[in-house]
Amino acid sequence: MGLSILTQKIEAARAAGRTALIPFLPGGYPDQTRFWEEMEGLDTSGADIIEIGVPFSDPVADGPVVEEASLACLEHGISLQWILDGLKSRPTRFQAAIVLMGYYNPFLQYGLEAFASDAAEAGVSGCIIPDLPLEESAPLREALAKKGLALVYLVGLNTEPERLDLYARHAAGFVYFVSVLGTTGVRELLPEEIAGRLKVAKERLGLPIALGFGLKSPDQLKALGGLADAAVFGSALISHVKSGRPAAEFMARWQGA
Amino acid sequence: MHKGYFGDYGGMFVPELLMPPLLEVEKAYEEIVPTKSFQDRLNQVLRDFVGRPTPLFRCPNLSAELGFDLWLKREDLAHTGAHKINNTIGQGLLAKMMGKTTLMAETGAGQHGVATATAAAMLGLKSVVFMGAIDVVRQAHNVHRMKLMGCEVIPVHSGTQTLKDAINAALRHWISEQASTHYCFGTAAGPHPFPLLVRAFQSVIGREAKAQMLAATGRLPDTVVACVGGGSNAIGMFHEFVPHPEVEIVGVEAAGTGEPGCFHSAPLNVGTDGVLHGMLTKLLQTKEGQILPSHSIAPGLDYPGVGPEHAHLQAVGRARYESVNDSQALAAFSTLCRKEGILPALESSHALAWVLANRETIRPGSQVAVCLSGRGDKDMGIIAEAEAKGLM
Ligand SMILES: Cc1ncc(COP(=O)(O)O)c(C=O)c1O
Repeated sequence: MGLSILTQKIEAARAAGRTALIPFLPGGYPDQTRFWEEMEGLDTSGADIIEIGVPFSDPVADGPVVEEASLACLEHGISLQWILDGLKSRPTRFQAAIVLMGYYNPFLQYGLEAFASDAAEAGVSGCIIPDLPLEESAPLREALAKKGLALVYLVGLNTEPERLDLYARHAAGFVYFVSVLGTTGVRELLPEEIAGRLKVAKERLGLPIALGFGLKSPDQLKALGGLADAAVFGSALISHVKSGRPAAEFMARWQGA
Repeated sequence: MHKGYFGDYGGMFVPELLMPPLLEVEKAYEEIVPTKSFQDRLNQVLRDFVGRPTPLFRCPNLSAELGFDLWLKREDLAHTGAHKINNTIGQGLLAKMMGKTTLMAETGAGQHGVATATAAAMLGLKSVVFMGAIDVVRQAHNVHRMKLMGCEVIPVHSGTQTLKDAINAALRHWISEQASTHYCFGTAAGPHPFPLLVRAFQSVIGREAKAQMLAATGRLPDTVVACVGGGSNAIGMFHEFVPHPEVEIVGVEAAGTGEPGCFHSAPLNVGTDGVLHGMLTKLLQTKEGQILPSHSIAPGLDYPGVGPEHAHLQAVGRARYESVNDSQALAAFSTLCRKEGILPALESSHALAWVLANRETIRPGSQVAVCLSGRGDKDMGIIAEAEAKGLM
């Protein structure tokens, strides 16, 4: 597989001297129509990659904000199929690269091969599956790789160097570094050991690193002195959109981070 | 078959942040549990604190009526009134040796919560139990018992507000508290190594039952029967008999009200393969992979998944899994009260109900051993409601 478009997007941001921006929006949130409008807004206001959340009934890595949004989407009938169909039916592709983030079971039920080919057709570049550690990931990773898609892995503050080395052998696109020992949701402060851990992860993984979970403002990145190549923000964006304000307005805050 | 799997089922489908604590538990399971010093201490506590061995009781009146010997493995007589304590004592001792200071658990009916709080109190550990907000109300008596033992009970308001969501909350809590806390998983399900670890501590049920049966009759039982929620009392009862092909193994799931379209708790009977709570197993789910709510009159069986080893035993044909509905379970409950003077848990009543419903097909003179997983005092509220509705 050539260099993933995901890697290219983050490298391009770095070349331009900025942190790549990766907003997360649950598919179909806040409703079926506004979702695509917000996607447009994110795409034209500086998103390098957009993560679309695939709702699941039992999101164990998520805090209350993402869980509530995810359950609301399920109530509105949002499914993996709906997201893929929506992407496929667009006349033009987004400028930002698209990744799908969701728990394994909906992908498994879709059928891994079928999913990989429909996702490729829909212009998706990769997947992030929070409940799929390295040990269980080969079937999806291989199905995706056949279609040129990346399985983006998550690592964290408790991933020791030996495990990072295992991930390094199979990682593609970028690696998602979870900034807290906890679930998604904004935090005022990031843990102190994060800079040291990020540095080790960068050395071992050999791919761009996106920092996520807990982020709410660009100030949090400043202290990290460029160690994070990209920033993912979800809960803060969801709360913003929930209050009725456009996603693009939220993005403005992060411009030039 | 790779590590953590029973045939095609099992695995470790958890966030990477939970892999280090799970691997730590796996290491303790492999290195500490088999040692003589651990086993000696475990056996001592099981004897002096839990009250093991529990009796294997031949029901005199029902056996005469049924024409075959009905034996009950009396887990209802274990301390706190159910088999759950076998597991919490084992995991509690292990947690202590791992240097943990807190036992954390999920609970549905509250039986595992009570057993966790009990083990923690005795071992000098703190305890934290997550419980669905709906269960906190319907099992108020057990909530009170937990609190008396010094346990912090945290109601879970998300999702279905029952066991499934209590497990989600416990997994989330464990991510941040892994340094100090052992997750004392309550059934033979969840990510590897929990199905193995829980089996290691529950298989005392079948080991004792086998020795007791041999001592009493000189032969193995023809059939062993247990109810299946997550599957811990069942695997505990079955494990010892799996290598004896002449012993028939029957697990009994909860069919709920049994009306068309109703929710139930029978993933082995009608579920499909999927991933939830760290394991690949049989689940109640939509075709899009969303988990469906479950229902049973027995709160401890009210779960949309099942331990992976049961899915495997079913797939290879070593065990079969049947189901029994709420009213059959209530009838079996009454029968055991009146005929034998034993008040069984509604969960255990499902296992008994299967035997009573299939009395015609069980060969006269055979030996049937049922795991009576718990006593029914906790269920008095549900029983009173069923009586008021004229259901029994
Ligand atoms: C008495 C009793 N039996 C059975 C169960 C079901 O659990 P398992 O299938 O793990 O034995 C419970 C659960 O709370 C219980 O309290």
